[in-house]
Amino acid sequence: MKTFDFIIIGGGVIGCTIARSLSRYKLSILLVEKESDIGMVTSSANSALVHAGYDAVAGSLKAKMNVAASPMWDTFAGELNIPFRRCGDFVVAVDEKEVQKLEELLTRGKKNGVPGLKIVTGDELKAKEPLVNPNATAALWAPTGGICDPFAATLAAGENAVMNGVQIALNTTFESFITENGRIIGVHTNRGDFSGRWVVNAAGLQSDAVMHKAGVRPEFKITPRRGEYFIVDREEMKINSVLFPVPSDVSKGILVTATMHENTLIGPNAQNIDDKEDKSITAKGMDEIWNGAKKLVPSVNQRSIIASYAGLRAGGNAPCADSSVDYTGDFVIEIPETVMGLVNLGGIESPGLSAAPAIGQYVVELLKDHGEQLIEKADYQPIRPARPRFRHMSMDERKEMIQRDARYGRVICRCEMVTEGEIVAEIHSPIPATTYDAIKRRTWLGTGRCQGGFDMPLVVEILARELGKSPLEITKKGEGSEYLYRKTKTVEGQPA
Amino acid sequence: MIKQVYDVVVIGSGPGGVAAGIAAKKAGAEDVLILERDVEPGGILLQCIHNGFGMENLGEDLPGPSYAQRYIIEAQGLGIVFLLETMVLDITHQRKIIATNKYAGIIEIQARAIVLGMGCRERTRAQIRLPGSRPAGVYTAGTAQRWVNIEGYMPGNNIVILGSGDIGMIMARRLTFEGAHVERVLEIMPFLSGLSRNYVQCLLDYDIPLQLQHTVKRIIGNDRIEAVETTRVDDRFNPIAGTEEIIPCDTLLLSVGLIPENELSRKAGVAIDPNIGGPYVDDDYQTSVPGIFAAGNVVHVYDLADWVTQAGFRAGENAAFFAIKTRNRELRSIPTTAGKNVRYVIPQQINKDNLAEKDVSLQLRVRQPIEAPSRILVKCGDEVITSKAEMYARPGEMISIDLKPKHYDVINSACAITVDVVERE
Amino acid sequence: MSQLEEIELICVTCPKGCKLDIIREGDTFVKITAGCKRGKEYARQELTDPRRMVATTVKVNNGLHPLVPVYTASAFPKPKIYELLSILRELQLDAPIHINQVVLADALGTGIDVIASRDLPASSAI
Repeated sequence: MKTFDFIIIGGGVIGCTIARSLSRYKLSILLVEKESDIGMVTSSANSALVHAGYDAVAGSLKAKMNVAASPMWDTFAGELNIPFRRCGDFVVAVDEKEVQKLEELLTRGKKNGVPGLKIVTGDELKAKEPLVNPNATAALWAPTGGICDPFAATLAAGENAVMNGVQIALNTTFESFITENGRIIGVHTNRGDFSGRWVVNAAGLQSDAVMHKAGVRPEFKITPRRGEYFIVDREEMKINSVLFPVPSDVSKGILVTATMHENTLIGPNAQNIDDKEDKSITAKGMDEIWNGAKKLVPSVNQRSIIASYAGLRAGGNAPCADSSVDYTGDFVIEIPETVMGLVNLGGIESPGLSAAPAIGQYVVELLKDHGEQLIEKADYQPIRPARPRFRHMSMDERKEMIQRDARYGRVICRCEMVTEGEIVAEIHSPIPATTYDAIKRRTWLGTGRCQGGFDMPLVVEILARELGKSPLEITKKGEGSEYLYRKTKTVEGQPA
Repeated sequence: MIKQVYDVVVIGSGPGGVAAGIAAKKAGAEDVLILERDVEPGGILLQCIHNGFGMENLGEDLPGPSYAQRYIIEAQGLGIVFLLETMVLDITHQRKIIATNKYAGIIEIQARAIVLGMGCRERTRAQIRLPGSRPAGVYTAGTAQRWVNIEGYMPGNNIVILGSGDIGMIMARRLTFEGAHVERVLEIMPFLSGLSRNYVQCLLDYDIPLQLQHTVKRIIGNDRIEAVETTRVDDRFNPIAGTEEIIPCDTLLLSVGLIPENELSRKAGVAIDPNIGGPYVDDDYQTSVPGIFAAGNVVHVYDLADWVTQAGFRAGENAAFFAIKTRNRELRSIPTTAGKNVRYVIPQQINKDNLAEKDVSLQLRVRQPIEAPSRILVKCGDEVITSKAEMYARPGEMISIDLKPKHYDVINSACAITVDVVERE
Repeated sequence: MSQLEEIELICVTCPKGCKLDIIREGDTFVKITAGCKRGKEYARQELTDPRRMVATTVKVNNGLHPLVPVYTASAFPKPKIYELLSILRELQLDAPIHINQVVLADALGTGIDVIASRDLPASSAI
């Protein structure tokens, strides 16, 4: 049995960030991920925001982590070379009642310690966001709010962890804990057993099931809350920051936001569902986000939508970390007293992405508090270099790149300008991209107007060549999602 | 070897592009270059292996590849150069083209005229707001056509097709030929969106059911598509409750329309008609940017490749006329240069032919003031063609001097004009 | 003593897709209403010996692509299409292939050749 100091269950942004935080120390670490790639579930389908921190309930762990993480993002994104922009965000009020609500948010934000918050006039808002609803009368402006590429953050943190010695096992599903004398000493997975002094539950949507297997918090339950999104063609609409509606009691509402890929993102709605795999988009949901978006930007045009998708938030039911506050649904980040060897996380829904850098550090602090001797490595490397992106290069840089590697001269995705060189580099990167969607998440190929119609056969061919497989074995997102069934000229059931 | 300047550069080697190249060459363009992103010329015709091409233009019923090859051979015979595996990255409105391929890297080409022939692309799932999960097995008909006809792979065995566009119906027959079972073709409109003859020879002939006023309400299956939920719709396209059906399938093909492909046109500053998605064109198929023409499905989606070819001929011929005019103007022009103590001269270029008929006025400013009698000298090399006396020469006061038809002979054989302003001796 | 029979067809000869009205008495065509002469011919043919152009692909060894598109040099008897397809499915050609090259002569004794739709160079020739 392979032995590690730490086993992290789950390769989302939280699992990968914790892996990176721990990789600073002299520890052997294994991260297990059940999917064919990291960040496939919640970390790649969300609003891509770095929240300022005024929204979370004061006294909650959510508020504490969010506000602590917000200023860390410049260093986090800088070291990992990931797309991040502190563009600020607005909560837009369109009538008197909503203006009152802004005051409440302002007060809450100040209590949480969010810097720079202020209420601006409708005209100030319109000067920055000309497309905003002309009826907007005022807005709460949070200059520290920002946008990022959430999958890039997950990947970069994961890669940096790998650079610093962490091992990542994909397609590896946690099944149960191995315990000895009431202490967790390892995990059973579909790919064998691994022993570890510590196991970190970063299983996101599955975090309830994982902690229950350790006998922790039997009443804790994750309710998947589905949110649907549209992406709008970058040629058709330009938003400079993040526009929130005034929140309702249940949700932050349908927002309209800039993205790091220069498109506009609209969504999400919020729908509690039972199935943790159901990322369907629905006609009703699409209408809902459509109407929500029109409230903020009335000119948004349905014909300019280029993609739609849904994500699942891992909504928990834990009581507030501060027991004097009447709030349910807080983050769980703890080392439970009842079982040894478990770092338990759960309910890391929004603002989980925003809070990720702080959560990584918080886990380190918790471990130190529990007497774990963490010794820093001399050769820890916090910088994860970015890989070249043809789209962002100047003509001179392109010329030089193609001279070094001719494959950068072959454009595979025209809309997003992604070259063969970039695809090949991702296939052979520290956390290899082995499926079409994995390449799409890393390069943004196939996300433009034609939605992969042109590039898909070419990418399947490149994947097959680089992985030494038949195109029949290439998948969209892992086993069972093969693109192609058989060769032509064969009849079903007969060999070629 | 790729030259730096061409009379006509065509983007795309489908029927429109190749026809434009041929017509341009025949109309007198000296050199014509066709840029193609694929490994061989022909465009989407190469995957359209079915018959039905050429009846209008050639009087023969040909498959797409045969039809394409006729014109490609003609183009090659005329000396037209095809640059393959080359993707155009940018076009400026001064008709500079920036492209890339893995052999030459970044290529910059100046065209005297450009013909846009990028064709069209297929509408996607998001554009028709198709609900449900996002598994493998949902493809546009054209993507499936490439896999089946060029690369030799089957996307599945049990197929539902959404949309009664021509490619969808043709793929229904094609997949049937390759041993797949096409469950049905659904069309949201109360009428067929493709050609009636394709309904007969692609669906009726093979007993493939067509359901009008039906659509997909939901895609089912997480990894690979497992089924679709279909529904009947009313006249306003709203699903009619109680008409839902779950149809098991492993593939859903979308044939829900084509859109002119104009990313590059936009970069060149070409105005696009928002109703159609293609550039505004005049009767020469010239776009809003002078010297940039457009031919075929890039303008609007045609029913027949034959008509695309005809549009290509017209655009190519006019592109050649434009290029020839531009070339002549370039040939008959000489530059004016600021010489001794001259800051600038306007115009920067003189068309020699204009000088044969009328005076051409040169306007200039000096660099340094000369507070004494001065002389303006217009020279070709060392030879002074004409001169003019001034009392002073000051930067704040514009000076002008005329060239006259009598100077035509000297200037006709010159390659540049220089203007000096000096103190009179 | 055969009866008058009224038949409706859609013409596939050209993209117009005209409706054809045919009145037939036994084997005799009493009246054919069509948009043009070719439509009339099509109606007669369709009701006596229906034929279609057949286009498919054939495997190629060592070609630029693994398949070459082929088609019947003239319209092929409809009832024999599946039989033709299964013969073509077994066929293997060697590159290079030339346009109009006969891939299968006198297919199923119909006198109709199956020919290549395009040139296909050998993969080494690229």
